[in-house]
Amino acid sequence: MTAGAALLSVDKLSVAFPGHTAVHEASFSISPGETLALVGESGCGKSVTAFSVMRLLPPNARVASGRISLEGTDLLALSEAEMREVRGARVSLIQQEPMTSLNPVLSIGLQISEVIRRHEKVSRKAARERAVELLDLVSIPNARNRIDDYPHNLSGGMRQRVMIAMAVACQPKLLIADEPTTALDVTTQAQVLDLLDDLRHRLGMAVLLITHDLGVVAQWADRIAVMYAGRIVEQAGIEPFFASPMHPYSRGLLGARVDVDADEHYGSHRLTEIPGSIASAAGQTGCSFAPRCPVVQAACRQAVPPLTPLGEGRAVACPVTTSVPLANRPSFPLSGAGARQ
Amino acid sequence: MTPLLSVRDLHTRYAVGRQVLRAVDGVSFEVGRGETVGLVGESGCGKSTLGKTILRLVPSAEGSITLDGADITHLGDSAMAPHRRRMQMIFQDPFGSLNPRHTIRTVLDTALKVHRLGDAAERERRLVEIIARVGLPPDSLDRYPHEFSGGQRQRIGIARALILQPALIVCDEPVSALDVSIQAQILNLLVDLKREFGLAYLFISHDLSVVRYFADRVLVMYFGRIVESASHTTLWRDPRHPYTKALFAALPSADPTHKRGEPPIKGELVTTEHVTGCRFHSRCPAATDRCRTEEPVLRPLGEGHHAACHYA
Repeated sequence: MTAGAALLSVDKLSVAFPGHTAVHEASFSISPGETLALVGESGCGKSVTAFSVMRLLPPNARVASGRISLEGTDLLALSEAEMREVRGARVSLIQQEPMTSLNPVLSIGLQISEVIRRHEKVSRKAARERAVELLDLVSIPNARNRIDDYPHNLSGGMRQRVMIAMAVACQPKLLIADEPTTALDVTTQAQVLDLLDDLRHRLGMAVLLITHDLGVVAQWADRIAVMYAGRIVEQAGIEPFFASPMHPYSRGLLGARVDVDADEHYGSHRLTEIPGSIASAAGQTGCSFAPRCPVVQAACRQAVPPLTPLGEGRAVACPVTTSVPLANRPSFPLSGAGARQ
Repeated sequence: MTPLLSVRDLHTRYAVGRQVLRAVDGVSFEVGRGETVGLVGESGCGKSTLGKTILRLVPSAEGSITLDGADITHLGDSAMAPHRRRMQMIFQDPFGSLNPRHTIRTVLDTALKVHRLGDAAERERRLVEIIARVGLPPDSLDRYPHEFSGGQRQRIGIARALILQPALIVCDEPVSALDVSIQAQILNLLVDLKREFGLAYLFISHDLSVVRYFADRVLVMYFGRIVESASHTTLWRDPRHPYTKALFAALPSADPTHKRGEPPIKGELVTTEHVTGCRFHSRCPAATDRCRTEEPVLRPLGEGHHAACHYA
C-alpha cells in the first residue's frame, strides 16, 4: 500500500461506547476505484467503522483515537458544517433497508433533486432532469414516468436502486455500502451488486462494501478485511484470501458456509462449526478469538497478536497460523466435533 | 404406508383492500416420516403462509391437510389439540416468539402443562433433559430470553418445539437471522435431532444453498404455486424450471475465479398483479406466446421429479 495513492486511509481508529470499545486500532486503506469488503458477524464493529468515516456515529459513541483521511483531508478535524459538504458529495452511504432511509411522504424525484441542489447551484428543473438521468443510470425502467412515484410504490430492489441513484448523484469518490443487499432476494441481489459494480467503473468510484456474505465478497470485491470483535484480523486480495484464508476465524467462516459449488448434503457432509459465540470475546486480554479458536496456544491468551504484514498486501493477526511457511502448512481441523458452549 | 403429512390442492387467501391475494394457490405435496422437505422461494411467494396454513395458524380457503391419516383441515380447537402436539414450529426470530417476562422454565413448562403431560417431577426431569440436549447450560432454565445470544435463543425455540415430542417440525427461516458461524451450529443440531428422534422437517427458507444442503427433497415455490419438486441430488444436477435455474445462477460462489454470468432473470416477484398464463413468464428469459396464455401444470418428468414449465 503506498500511502500517497490511497483515496481513503483509516489509521489506528478506535471507537468507544460507554463501557466498551467497539473498534480497536483498525487500519486500512482504499485506492481510487477499488472495492474493499469489510466482513464479520453482527457486533464485530464493521458498521461502526463505516459510520466513523461518515462521521455519523450515535451520540454516545466517540472516536477515541486514530485518523481518517479522504484524499488528504483529515475528516475527524472538520467542523460539522464542513463535514456536511463532504457527505453526499465526496463520500456517500447506502444502507441495508432502503425503506427506512427514504422519506415516505416525498416523491423519489424530489428526494434525488434535493441531494443535487444541496451540493450544486442548479435550478429545480435542471435537478429534476438530472434525477431522471440518474434513475435511468440505475436501470429503473421508464424513469421519466416513475420520477413522481413514492417509495411505497416501488419494490425492495427498486428502492435500493433509488438509494444508489441518490448516493451517486454528486459523483462521490467513495461509496460506503452497508449490507446493501441483505434485505433483498437472491435474484435481486445479483442485479443490484452488478449495478454497483458497473457504476464504480463508469464513475471511477471506490466502494467500501460491508457484508457478512463471503459469496458476495468473492464475486464483487477486490480486497477483503475480516473483522472480529472490533479488530481487523486479516487483510488480503480476494484470490489469495479464498485460495488460502490464514486467520483461524477466516477459515472458520469459510468452513461454516454451505459450498454452493459442491453437492454438499447433510447425509454425507457435516458443516464446520465455530464453537461458542462472539460474546466470549468480552474481557479477553489476549486474542479475542482465543476462546473459540481450534489452534489456540497459551501465548494467544496473554497479548493481542498484532496484524502482521506478510507481503503482497496481506496481513494476518495470528502468530500460530503464520509461523509455518505456506507450502508446509498442514491442514488442521477447524473445530472439535460438536464442541459448543 | 400413509405419509406423515399430506397436503392436497391447498389454497390460502388474504383480503388486501378490495382485492384477494392468493398467497397459496393450489399446492399439493407430502412429507414422509423422518423426511426433510425443503421449501424455497423469494419473499412474498407464499412459503411462510403455506407453513402456517398447514399448522392451522392461518385458515385455508380450499383443499385438505392430512396428518397421520387424519384430516385436520376443519377440526375445532379441542379436536385439534392432540394433533398440535404432533406438529410444532420454529421461527426465524426466536426473540420475537418468546415472552420477555417469562423464564425459560416457564416457557417450556407451559407447553407441557397445556398438553397435560406428566406431573411436576416428571415435567422437571424433561426440562432439564431437553435443555442439555439442545446444548444450553443447565442454569438456563431460570434465566430470561434477553440474557441469551441469538444462537442460544434459537436453541430455546428448538427446545420448545421438541419438548412435545412432535413428529413434524415446520422450520420457518430458522437460521436466516443468525451469523454464518452460528448457522452451522444450529443446522448441525437440527440434523442430530432428526436422526435421534426420527423427526420430519418442513424446512422453509429463501436460501437455496441451505435448503439443498439440509433437505432430502426440495419444493420450489413461486407466486403461490410449486413450480418444481425433486430430490436434492436431482435438483442440483438437473434443475428444469427456468426459475430454479435462475436461483442457482444467482447464488454467489465463494470461488473468485468462478466468474458469474449475467443475472439470468430481471425484475422482481410482483404479487399484486393478475397474470395470465405462466406466473413466471414476465421474468422468464425463454418465455413464448404459449407461456403468456396457457398456464403450465406441475407434470412428472420421471423419478419423482416434477416441473411446471411447458418446456421443462
